[in-house]
Amino acid sequence: MATRLKSAATLVAVGALIAGCGGGPQSGGGKVSGDAVKLGVITDLSGVYSELAGEHAVEAVKMAVDDFKARHKDDAVTQNIEVTQADHQNKPEIANTAAREMYDRDGVDAIFDVPTSSAALAIATVAGQQKKMYFNIGAATTELTGAQCNPYTYHYAYDTYMLAHGTGTTVTEQGAKNWYIIYPDYAFGQDMNKSFTEAIEAAGGTVGVADPTPFPNDNFSTFMTKAPNLNPKPDVLGAMQAGGDLVNVVKQYNEFGLKEKGVGLAVGLMFDTDIASIGVESLAGTLYTTAWFWNMDDESREWADKFKERTGSRPTFDHAANYSAATQYLEAVQRAGTDDADAVREELDGNEFSDFFARNGKIRAEDHRVVHDSYLVKVKEPDQVKEDYDFTELVETIPADEAFREPTGCDMG
Amino acid sequence: MELVLQLFNGLVSGSFYALLALGLSVIFGMLGVVNFAHGAFYMLGAVGAFVLLDTVGLSWWLALVVVPVVLGLVGMVFERLLVARLVRLDPLYNFLLTFGIALILQDVVRLRYGVQSQPYSRPELLDGQVNLGLFVYPKYQVFVLVFSVVVSVLVWLVLTKTRVGMIVRASTERPELTRALGIDVRRWVTPVFGFGIALAGLAGVLAAPMRAVNSGMGGDLIITIFAVVVIGGLGSVFGSVAAGYLVGMLSAVGNLYASAFSQSLVFVLMALVLLLRPAGLFGREEGVRA
Repeated sequence: MATRLKSAATLVAVGALIAGCGGGPQSGGGKVSGDAVKLGVITDLSGVYSELAGEHAVEAVKMAVDDFKARHKDDAVTQNIEVTQADHQNKPEIANTAAREMYDRDGVDAIFDVPTSSAALAIATVAGQQKKMYFNIGAATTELTGAQCNPYTYHYAYDTYMLAHGTGTTVTEQGAKNWYIIYPDYAFGQDMNKSFTEAIEAAGGTVGVADPTPFPNDNFSTFMTKAPNLNPKPDVLGAMQAGGDLVNVVKQYNEFGLKEKGVGLAVGLMFDTDIASIGVESLAGTLYTTAWFWNMDDESREWADKFKERTGSRPTFDHAANYSAATQYLEAVQRAGTDDADAVREELDGNEFSDFFARNGKIRAEDHRVVHDSYLVKVKEPDQVKEDYDFTELVETIPADEAFREPTGCDMG
Repeated sequence: MELVLQLFNGLVSGSFYALLALGLSVIFGMLGVVNFAHGAFYMLGAVGAFVLLDTVGLSWWLALVVVPVVLGLVGMVFERLLVARLVRLDPLYNFLLTFGIALILQDVVRLRYGVQSQPYSRPELLDGQVNLGLFVYPKYQVFVLVFSVVVSVLVWLVLTKTRVGMIVRASTERPELTRALGIDVRRWVTPVFGFGIALAGLAGVLAAPMRAVNSGMGGDLIITIFAVVVIGGLGSVFGSVAAGYLVGMLSAVGNLYASAFSQSLVFVLMALVLLLRPAGLFGREEGVRA
């Protein structure tokens, strides 16, 4: 009995460690061919971000390639354009390997998407060293265009400053002066907390308390019971969690009746997929900031319809931005007449453009931040929802030159 | 006051730990199998409630009965078909089997429903808040706590006061002796396994209205549950329940005073217990000596 008990206890302890580690590495494939333009999509194909990005992000890039070929036909710099993909499992070390393999072995000219800030930064380093193009779409950290910027990395869709500036500033200006922020305790959450605190203070508000929360976490009752008892009582709870954690926060926010207790809810980052998970009725009226939403106007809806034909579902802003970035890249290759990274870079830097995703878009040469209009939106009331994924109502358009921060701390060298 | 409230929060999240650890513990006691698929059955409980609501409109109250019964039966089949065949071999075999099953179940759910959480709302009867004298608290969570305590007490009563319970306890602690007394131990193995799985399913149904329902929800939790079982004492029914509530309170207080550290607290406690009392806080010294 004694040995059985002890060895079983050890087994359990070891098992707990194994379970915590997840699966092994996995690499993307792709043919090497000299005279082709190759686009690589490194994304989360199996984990928490695989629905807001994932497979459909790859599909969006393929869509951009097909549309590019159709648009230019015989005039195209080449009709030979390939798209490869790899799963980075949201881990920086796997992202690093995948990027190296794509650039070195597969001859990929440009990498797209890459959700998860730590993985995004890992690939930026590789792109800088190898002098190959990299468009980040899925990650939020401002470091990509700050201290860790480089001449070959572009940050396309959004960042923590944009989210904070939209939601943090507006909610504070509307009268919610005192904030209680809860943020997941890892790079993204810390960055969000910092950006929100700056935006709130600049708008004349204060962050009374900011609490880090474990990640991942399914029990937020500690923070929900703490919020209304803080002195002074916060006007609004700022939740910086993402994905499943955000679902838990909102469910428990409602359960503890914080709204009735006078503590509003503001969400840092939210995708349509999250709203579908939580349910419109639990979120109605919640303010958040987004880079794009699929039914914001006819042009967007038209693209979203095409996307739905191909994939069977509505696009998130990550999907739309992947299409837009791939299109802008291919057009730059077309103008340059070559896929040489430095020549393409010259075409891109300072370029002003507008497409269904990026309105009043400009690729800033100083730090490679792609600026465009962003949108302060709120979740619709349940009786206003007319079709699937019709969740979002525009509150205010934030013009491109205000939506993003001024170039800060970036030295292209 | 703040502390009392947090301890109460801890009891609520401890309710899930207790139910899961209880099931894990009776299974281990009876079969000597460390069921790694326990978290996956918890997930199936929540997803099952969602699927039944989504397809046939089955209410949460009915799901609370139907889902555990169905999963209990599934558990019994699983035990008969697979676990029983490996039980005589090194425990590692069943460890790997259940770990594999957990991955398969998770991936099947993911293939069908993706990684996004599925919406599930609270039953109307339990909507809103209730005044507990010291503080006002969500009705639903109070229900979860009361319900889990009632279930735990019932299980304890069955184990201590009934003939079935006596046989189960005897088979757990002295299988050879029990057999020598002419009791067919094997007969009770399958039902006990099914019962443990049903408890996991029950915890899952309870979780659906208050937590994110997705394929990964069990995988995140099972690690903590193992720590709970080790802390309480492997195979100790009372120990696993008590440790469940204890660990719940520890995490809640940890969240308040040392948030960054709160997730490690459980494992620090586990390490200390393994070091000082390898049989667990409530494990029987007798068991260790034998």
